[in-house]
Formats: sequence, structure tokens, C-alpha cells
Amino acid sequence: MSFRSPLSKAYGLGSAKDGTHHFMIQRLTGIALVPLMLWLTFSIACLGGADLASVRDFIANPLNATLLICLTVSVFYHSSLGMQVVLEDYLRPHWLRLTVQILINFANFALAVVSILAILKLAVAA
Amino acid sequence: MAQFKLPANSIMTKGKVWKAPEGAKNTKKFEIYRFDPDSGKNPRTDTYEVDLDTCGPMVLDALLKIKNEMDPTLTLRRSCREGICGSCAMNIDGTNTLACTKAIEDVKGTVKIYPLPHMPVVKDLVPDLTNFYAQLRSVDPFLKTKSQAPTRERLQTEADRAQLDGLYECILCACCSTSCPSYWWNGDRYLGPAVLMQAYRWIIDSRDEATGERLDALEDPFKLYRCHTIMNCAKTCPKGLNPARAIAEIKKMLMERKY
Repeated sequence: MSFRSPLSKAYGLGSAKDGTHHFMIQRLTGIALVPLMLWLTFSIACLGGADLASVRDFIANPLNATLLICLTVSVFYHSSLGMQVVLEDYLRPHWLRLTVQILINFANFALAVVSILAILKLAVAA
Repeated sequence: MAQFKLPANSIMTKGKVWKAPEGAKNTKKFEIYRFDPDSGKNPRTDTYEVDLDTCGPMVLDALLKIKNEMDPTLTLRRSCREGICGSCAMNIDGTNTLACTKAIEDVKGTVKIYPLPHMPVVKDLVPDLTNFYAQLRSVDPFLKTKSQAPTRERLQTEADRAQLDGLYECILCACCSTSCPSYWWNGDRYLGPAVLMQAYRWIIDSRDEATGERLDALEDPFKLYRCHTIMNCAKTCPKGLNPARAIAEIKKMLMERKY
């Protein structure tokens, strides 16, 4: 029960004056992933049945290493942004949504760091 | 959190069947949602067999015939009976539309009629649109100016006037907003297609001087960015308008302002 007027409820806490940046970056990472994923699929297909040495050689190529790192950053950034939209749509209450969002962000960040380290290790060590 | 049990009084039951009068040859079944919160009973669907030979061509004609001749307790909103007031918006044959402009012959088999989806039901086919109207009010749907009022009309070029076509025709029947899944799940914070299209109608008006303020008020993850271009709004609009395009235009203007 609340005597707050319908208009007051409709205003809520007002506008966050935010969201445009999120919208833009989600689309930019999404667009970047189209050629990157095509390249990755093609590369993996070409490396099919290759031994460890040739995979090392592939990743040691600076262009391939760069593209792999770009792909890694885009994937995990896009994942965080996309999951945020899903959580905002569906998950309640507020504290639970925030908690899950923070955990997902941490996990995506850690996964990105691990992936980049793995790429660098192969790229530099070879 | 996900709720695994439906709230009390939400499970539908089968209601009464009202037979067509003796001797009726051309009958059609209307299955209509009935709910009376005062009775404490679950909602039900009543089936009415309507004699089409003595009934007008539209679904609203059938509803009024049922109310006049068969069951006066059936509750619905209606006013203009020509698609301009938006009162008789309801879910007919699975799509939100106006009962007065939906032809009975366009529905195959039984005509199933429910109130607008995901709104609190006042009674039968009457939804509670309080929040919808409050949201409309929250976007200030009127001309806002700061310069001194002119001594004559505020002039507008034909091209500027043409910007309002496809926006001003909205009759605020709420068919689009109540067809939008984002509005179902987040209707308390997401403004919904109808209200956002009206917001855009004033943002794009060449005579208005509050464009920036209006964009400020909309730039919000919930008020605006819950729109995921699902397009149910454009598909269901009984006036053939496209609220999704208006929302996309708002997003483009916010981009233009920021980048």
C-alpha cells in the first residue's frame, strides 16, 4: 500500500542519463566480432590436424597474435555487456541482479586475462 | 526471482456456455475472458454463440450484442466504434487490436477475446491503464517553448510538419505497449512503445524548444534502452504505425548528441 501518485511512480528515481555508451559499445564489439570470428573459424579449419609446432608458429605470427587478443577482448567485453542486458530484463530483486552482474564481470575479466596470457606465452616463447 | 507458483486467482477455469437462440442458422462462437475481482473467484472463459445474421460485422458489434441480448454482466470499454478513441483495445484472436475495426469474418473458428496482456484487470475486458497514462504524462506530451509567445500561429514548414506524420495519428490505445515483452517484464520502469513514440513526436517537432531536456529524461537503461527492437509494437498497431522506428530515431539522436 502506498499513497505515492501514479505520476510519481512513473518518474521513479528519474533518468540515469546513461545507457547510450553501453548501447554503442555493445554494437561496436558485436560488429568487430563478425570478421574476427570468421577469421578464427577459417584459421582453425586450416590448422585442422596440425601438430603443436605449427600451431605455435601460427600464434607467433604478430598479426595472428594481435587478432587473437582483439578477439579475446571483444568476446569477453561483449559478453559482459550482453549479460547485463539479459539480467536487467529478467533478474530481480535488485541486489541479486547487481551481485550476479558483478560476479559475471569479474569472471569475464579473469577469463580475458587468462586467455591473453596464454596467447602471449605461446606468441613470445616461440 | 523466478516464481514457480502462480499467484492466487490466476488459473483460468471453463465458464458457462451461452447457446444461440432457437432457429439461428449462421452462428459463431465467442470465447471471452471473464474476471470479477469482487467475487473472489478465478477468471474463466465464457462461450457465447452469436447469431451472425442479426449481428454487425465487427467484433465490437458482437460484444455489444452479447451484452445487450445475452449477458448484461459482460464488462468492456468502448466509445467511438470507428477506431479513433482507442477504448475498445483488447486481445482478439491472439493479437492486440481494436474490437471496433476487427472484422468477425477475419477470425477463423472461435473468436477468443482477452483483455490487453499483462495489465492488472479491473473487470472482464477492462485493464487498469493507470501506469500507462502516468508514463505518458511523465514525458510532457505538449509543446514546450522558452522564446516569447508569437502574436500569431507558430510557423512550420511543410517538410517539418511532415516529420510528425506517422506519429500524431497514435490514439494511445495501448495495443503496442501491452504487446511488448520488455514492457511486460519491466513496465514499471520501461516507458513502452506508445509513450516513447509520443515523446519522439515532441522531440522531432520543429516548434518545440525542449529537445535536449526531453532527450535527457529518456536517456536511461530502463526508460528507453529496454527496447530490443522486438517489433511486436509495429506488428500489432491497429493504426498501422511504427513505434519501433520512433524509438530507433530517439536512440540515433542520443548517439548524435554524444558522439
